[in-house]
Amino acid sequence: MTLEKLKSWEGLLLIILILTILANATLAPQFLTLQNQINLFQLSIEKIIVALAMTLIIINAEIDLSVASIMGLAACTFGVLVENGTPAGFAILFCILLGALAGAFNALWIAYFHIPSLVVTLAMLIMYRGIARVLLEDRGINGFPQWFGDLGQKAFFGPFPLGLFIFFLFLIVLGVVLHRTGFGREVFVIGTNAEVARFSGVRVSRVKTILFVVSGAVSALAGLLYAGRLASVRGDAAAGFELDIITMVLLGGVSVFGGRGTIIGVLFSILIVLNLRNGMALMNITGHIQTAVIGLLLIISVLGPNLAERVRFSGRVKTTI
Amino acid sequence: MIKFFREFHPHTLRIIALAIVLMLTILFFASQIDGYFSPRMLNRIATSVAVILPIAIGQAMVVISRNIDLSVGSIVGISAYLIGDYLGTHPDIHPVIVVGMALALGSLCGAINGALVAYGRVPSIIVTLGTLALFRTYLVEYSGARSITTSGLPEWLVDLPQRTIFSIGSFDMRLTVAMSLVAAIVFWVALSRLRVARKLYAVGSNPDAAIIAGINSSLVVFVSFVLSGMLAGLAGFMFLAKFGNITVVAGLGFELKSVAAVVVGGVNIFGGSGSIIGVVIGTVLVDTIDNSLTRWAIVSEFWREALLGMLIMIAVATDTFMARSFGRMKGKTK
Repeated sequence: MTLEKLKSWEGLLLIILILTILANATLAPQFLTLQNQINLFQLSIEKIIVALAMTLIIINAEIDLSVASIMGLAACTFGVLVENGTPAGFAILFCILLGALAGAFNALWIAYFHIPSLVVTLAMLIMYRGIARVLLEDRGINGFPQWFGDLGQKAFFGPFPLGLFIFFLFLIVLGVVLHRTGFGREVFVIGTNAEVARFSGVRVSRVKTILFVVSGAVSALAGLLYAGRLASVRGDAAAGFELDIITMVLLGGVSVFGGRGTIIGVLFSILIVLNLRNGMALMNITGHIQTAVIGLLLIISVLGPNLAERVRFSGRVKTTI
Repeated sequence: MIKFFREFHPHTLRIIALAIVLMLTILFFASQIDGYFSPRMLNRIATSVAVILPIAIGQAMVVISRNIDLSVGSIVGISAYLIGDYLGTHPDIHPVIVVGMALALGSLCGAINGALVAYGRVPSIIVTLGTLALFRTYLVEYSGARSITTSGLPEWLVDLPQRTIFSIGSFDMRLTVAMSLVAAIVFWVALSRLRVARKLYAVGSNPDAAIIAGINSSLVVFVSFVLSGMLAGLAGFMFLAKFGNITVVAGLGFELKSVAAVVVGGVNIFGGSGSIIGVVIGTVLVDTIDNSLTRWAIVSEFWREALLGMLIMIAVATDTFMARSFGRMKGKTK
């Protein structure tokens, strides 16, 4: 890696990541064990899977606030279906389709009626969560088949659980799609300037629709993993996850205004967040402080480079916004 | 008909569209719920709107300047808890000073957001996502798992929600509702009449042009965040008065609620346009839907959120389409 590359966002994240890992390894001896490394992923596996899909949406200059509600909706629908005797395999398929449908419904308003995604997915955050509550009211369901719970909790191949395979599969597939295909270029072009993209013959509405449908389906899958991992569902399953997910994506250097970002950056940011949380947990630091540290890191990671740049350019006349 | 619409500015038409949606919503619930037009229902909605309205006004100003403030819920929590806690040990403080403290506390939180956004040049969604977590964590750590109870509060504060200024029939104008309305009127007049407020719209509609026109856009953005924090502080005081019992989760989720009220109220989420009248109608609309659904016999309480989400979507879509077709009508007649 050349010095130039280290100055990039990803280089900065890599340095933070290495520092975090070094600090953790020094302070907590059990940190570097394989089991702890797997646990570290497993505890947030649903969020990091959804973060990958969210990366494409934010690069596209949109946002999807409804992901956590779709996770909850899929988990609750699965619970109700299984409770009523539907074979679990069929229920899984149905729930993923339901997630895709929810994503398509978002896309209908965003891509075809041109209502801002922040508004649409905010309303849908409330509505999908509401449907989940209608399904379960104030009950919890936990009578899942043994194999379903095992998929969420136990090792699937070697010592690794299924969620980890899904995460790395998506990481590779979405990374290739985003950085090596024409579709990926279209995602960036639309994110940079949707109007220009439209006049250049990019089918903007279609790209947006695909992204939101994928985001919905991936969220549903993540919701099912969540149900399997906890072996139970409730109406508030996964509530509030959207903020954590968006934090991971933005920390990864994806511009909130679209058009800029990489999957590698998001991977680094996910690893930083997971390692920080894990390290703090090993040192008995509570969940709330963990959240605050990550919030602080998010702000500093953008503020730091901004200030450094300003110091460097302070002698020149500059018009920035 | 077309001639009639031509008389109005498109923004005025938008407000009219929104008011029609609100009226239709009220008429719908009136046809479904017995005794809907009772003063009790009006009181219930009014006191509920009183808490959320200041937050929505602050949020509107931030959104008009092309930013967003996701930390308002945490600021409401901090203000409600800290003021309640302080009153527990200093019960003799004058009420006006208490309100002043709530405003100052909120402004301080808002100033932190504003400084980072305006002078640190960090996108507002990133800053306020961060401070959403930071402010809440501060509160959790400060509280040490204690909660504020009504018994620790001075009597005037506990009685405040029942304080009535005047009554029309059996509708009581509560003091908290009046405070909220005064805040709305002050900001409505300021935003529509003061020259300095036009800078907010200028920065929001085109930041480059605003700077070239000699507007100190950093200062404008900073002030909008301070005001948003201040109003969230005020809402925190109202929250404390209304509920009395405050835990560390006070105000959780208000950020999304206020954004919903603002966008339903016709403020452009990409900045540059929006009016306080619209925000007031939007807030009332969202809260009316929320409060009426709990009274609607046909649906169980578990349907509330699902229908609320759907109705917000319908309200936004209707408002958008009506405003667009009004705009087109206006265009044709020119």
